[in-house]
Amino acid sequence: MNLGGLQAVKSMSVPSSSLSRKSGDGVSDQFPAGLRVLVVDDDPICLLILEKMLKKCLYEVTKCNRAELALNYLRENKNGYDIVISDVHMPDMDGFKLLEHVGLEMDLPVIMMSADDGKKVVMKGITHGAVDYLIKPVRIEALKNIWQHVVRKNKDEYKGKDCEQTGSVEDGEQQQKPPEDAEYSSSANEGNWKNSKKRKDEEDEAEERDDTSSLKKPRVVWSVELHQQFVTAVNHLGLDKAVPKKILELMNVPGLTRENVASHLQKYRLYLRRLSGVSQHQNGLNNAFMGPTDATFGSMSSFNGIELQALASSGQLPPQSLAIIQAAALGRATNKSPVPVPLVDQRNLFSFESPKLRFGEDSLLNNNSKQINLLHGIPTNMEPKQLATLHQSAQSLGNLNMQLQSQSSQSGSLLTQRPQSQPRTPLLNEINGSHVSTLPSSLGQPIMSQALPSSVLPRNGIENVRGGTFGSVSQPSSALDFSVNHGTEFPGNSFPLMSNSGIPILTSKGMLQEEVKSEMKVPRGYLPNYDTFDELNQNRTQDWGVQTDGSTFDVSQHSNLQGSLDVSPSILVQQGFSSNLKSEQSRNIPVSKATFAVGDSRAGNISNPSQQLNSSPADISQRIKAERLPNMGFQNTFFPEQFGQDDLMSALLKQQEGTGAVESEFGFDGYHLDNLPV
Amino acid sequence: MEIVGQLQKQYVDFTTCLFREGYLDDQYVQLQKLQDESNPEFVVEVVSIFFEDSEKLLNDMACSLSVSISLPWVLFCVPDLLIDFNFFSFFLILFQLYSQQQVVDFKKVDGYVHQFKGSSSSVGAQRVKNACAAFRNFCEDKNLDG
Repeated sequence: MNLGGLQAVKSMSVPSSSLSRKSGDGVSDQFPAGLRVLVVDDDPICLLILEKMLKKCLYEVTKCNRAELALNYLRENKNGYDIVISDVHMPDMDGFKLLEHVGLEMDLPVIMMSADDGKKVVMKGITHGAVDYLIKPVRIEALKNIWQHVVRKNKDEYKGKDCEQTGSVEDGEQQQKPPEDAEYSSSANEGNWKNSKKRKDEEDEAEERDDTSSLKKPRVVWSVELHQQFVTAVNHLGLDKAVPKKILELMNVPGLTRENVASHLQKYRLYLRRLSGVSQHQNGLNNAFMGPTDATFGSMSSFNGIELQALASSGQLPPQSLAIIQAAALGRATNKSPVPVPLVDQRNLFSFESPKLRFGEDSLLNNNSKQINLLHGIPTNMEPKQLATLHQSAQSLGNLNMQLQSQSSQSGSLLTQRPQSQPRTPLLNEINGSHVSTLPSSLGQPIMSQALPSSVLPRNGIENVRGGTFGSVSQPSSALDFSVNHGTEFPGNSFPLMSNSGIPILTSKGMLQEEVKSEMKVPRGYLPNYDTFDELNQNRTQDWGVQTDGSTFDVSQHSNLQGSLDVSPSILVQQGFSSNLKSEQSRNIPVSKATFAVGDSRAGNISNPSQQLNSSPADISQRIKAERLPNMGFQNTFFPEQFGQDDLMSALLKQQEGTGAVESEFGFDGYHLDNLPV
Repeated sequence: MEIVGQLQKQYVDFTTCLFREGYLDDQYVQLQKLQDESNPEFVVEVVSIFFEDSEKLLNDMACSLSVSISLPWVLFCVPDLLIDFNFFSFFLILFQLYSQQQVVDFKKVDGYVHQFKGSSSSVGAQRVKNACAAFRNFCEDKNLDG
C-alpha cells in the first residue's frame, strides 16, 4: 500500500511538476512524499528501523553506516538529497563534524539524533548548525515532520534570492529539493526546479510563481576556488565589515547572487566562531581533522580539511600555520597556489598579517603534501601556550610559504610538547619553515628577526615529518638548507629551541639572506644529512625538553650528526653563536649551530652578514669556553670530528648557559675545550 | 492450522506479559506497525540483528571490563520474544560479573553502553534500555560496584 501510494505520487509528479506552479494543490498533496533523505548511523538496527519508518512516510531513503560514505554520496550527487539525518556518536567521524561538512559543502538541513539527551549534547548540535535534534528511540511521528526543515531552508534561500533577483541566475544556491525527486530532478536540473516548486507548494504565492518559473538556478556549489575567492573578499573587507553585497562585488563571479554569498557568509561565520571557541580539544580536533583529511575530498574537501585543521589548531596554531594549512589543504585539492593566500587572510581571528599571503605557489603544493603528512604526524602535541607564541611569531612571517607554516604548525605541535617555549623560538621555527619554502631573498627580508623564530618552529614540524615531506621541502633548497639548520637546532628542544631561536633572529638580517643563497647551492646533497640531522634533532628535541636529559641525548645525537655531516663551522656557527648568545636557552643552539655549520659549509663560505657572526669560529669557541664548561662538553661530543662542529660546539656551549645543569647530564668532561681550535 | 494459531496466541501472550513487566515498551509496538506485507519478517529481522549486535557489544563491553564471557548461548536464541527475556537475564548476569572487575576503562564501556542503549531503545527493549541508563550512570561515577 505504501508502495502503491508512492508510485501514485510519482506518476502524478510529472504532470504536477509542470502544473505545479499553477495548482499548488496537486503537488502539495504529494509533498513531502518523495523527500530524499540520507540516513547515517553506525548502529545497524537503528538504521534499519529508520529506513523503514522513513519509507512509511513516503520518503526516499538512502542509508549508510559510515560518515565518509555519506559524504561521498552527497558529493557525488550534489542535488540528490534534501535532508540528512545523522547519528551523533559514530566511530569513524564525529556526527558534528559531518554536520559541519554537510552544512558548508552542500548546505543541506541536517538532523542529529542520539540516545543521549543531555543538554550539552543537544546544545552542541544546535551550535553546529543542526536544524533538529531527535532522541532515540525515534518515533515515526517525529520523522513525519522533517520536511518542515527542508521547506524552511528553501524558503529562506528563496526569499533572499527573490529580493536580490538579478538577471543571471545560473548559480543560485538552492537548497530546495523537490518533494518528489524523481520527477523533479529531471525538470529541476533544467531550472525552475525545486525552488519554484517548493515555493508553490508550500507558500503558494503568486509572485514566487513568476520568479520561480524564471529561476533556473542550479545549486551553487562552493568549490574551493570559489570559497577562496570568498575568503579573500571577506578578509579584504574585514570580517566585521564583510557584507554580502560587497563580498559579491569583490568576488565578481558571474551568476552568484547576494543570497548565495549571504548564506555562505553566515555559515562561514558560524564556523569561525566555533573555531575560536575551540581551544581545548586539540587532540580531538586533530584526530578528527586527520580523519577528514584522509577522506576523498570533493571541491570543498580541502577546505574541510582546512577547517578541521583550523579547528584542531584554532587556539594553538599561529594564524599563519592555519592559513598555511588551509592553503595547503586547498592547494592539495586544487593545486592552486594563489588560493591559499585568501585563506590565510581569513584568519582574522588570529590577526593574520597580510604578508602571510605571500606563499610561494610551488611551496603550496609541496606544503600540501607535506602538510598532510605533518598534520598526521603531529596530532596532539599542540599546546595553546606554544601556539600562542607561535602565533605571535607567525604573524611576523608574512611570506612564509605554506610549507613553512605547516612546519610551524608542526613545530607548534612540537612546541606544545615543551611548555617552555619562548616567543623567540616560534619565530625561529617559522623562519626555518619559511626558509624552506620561500625564496631566499624573500626570506631574508621578511623573515629577519621574525622569520627566524617562526622558521624554527616549522623546522620542528619539518623534522617530525621529515620522512614524508622532506622531498617537498627540499625544493627550495637554499631555504631548506637554512631552515634545516635552524630546524635541526631547534626542533629537538621544543622549548630550548625556542630560546635558541634567538640565533636565527640575530643572524637573520644579513645572514639569512646569504645563507639562504648559499644553501641553495647545496640543497640536494645536504638533504640526506638533513634527514639524519632532523632525526637526530627530533630526538634531541625530545630530550631537550627535559633539558638535563636532553643533554645526554643530544650528545649521542651529535655524534650521529657528526657522522652524517661534514660541515665546517662557517657562518652557521657564527650565526648560531650570535643567536645563541642572545637566546637564553642555549642548549639547543649548539645543536643548531652545528646544523648551521653543516649547511653553511656545504653551501660554501657564507659571509658573515651579521655583526656577531663576524667573529671567527675560534673566537666563538673561545667565548664559549669562557662561558661554560658543561656546554662545551656537550659540544665536544657534538663536534669531535669536525672543526666546524667544534666551533659550533663552543658557540653552542655558550648558549647553553641557560640550560643550567648541563654538565652533569652530558657525561663528558671538558673534552671539547681541548679540541676546540682556538 | 491449529499449531500456527496456538503459536500466535503464545506469541501474543508472551509479548503482553513482557509489556506488562516492562521488558518491552511502546517502541516495540512501533516496530510491529512497521511490518507489513512488503516486509513480513521485519520485526524478526530487526530483533535478530539486535541480538547479534548486542552480543558483539556485550563482548566488547566484557573485554573492556576485563571480563571474559562467552555468549554462545545467545546464538541459540531464536528471534522471537523469548529472547528478550533471556537476553535481559543474561544482561543482569553480566552486570554482576562486571562488578568483580577492577581495571575498567569506563569511557569505553560507557560508549558501548550508550550504543547498546540506543539499539535496545530502538527495538523496544525497555528494561534493557533502562539498565543501560543505570549502567551509564555508574560509569560516569566510575562506580565499579554498580
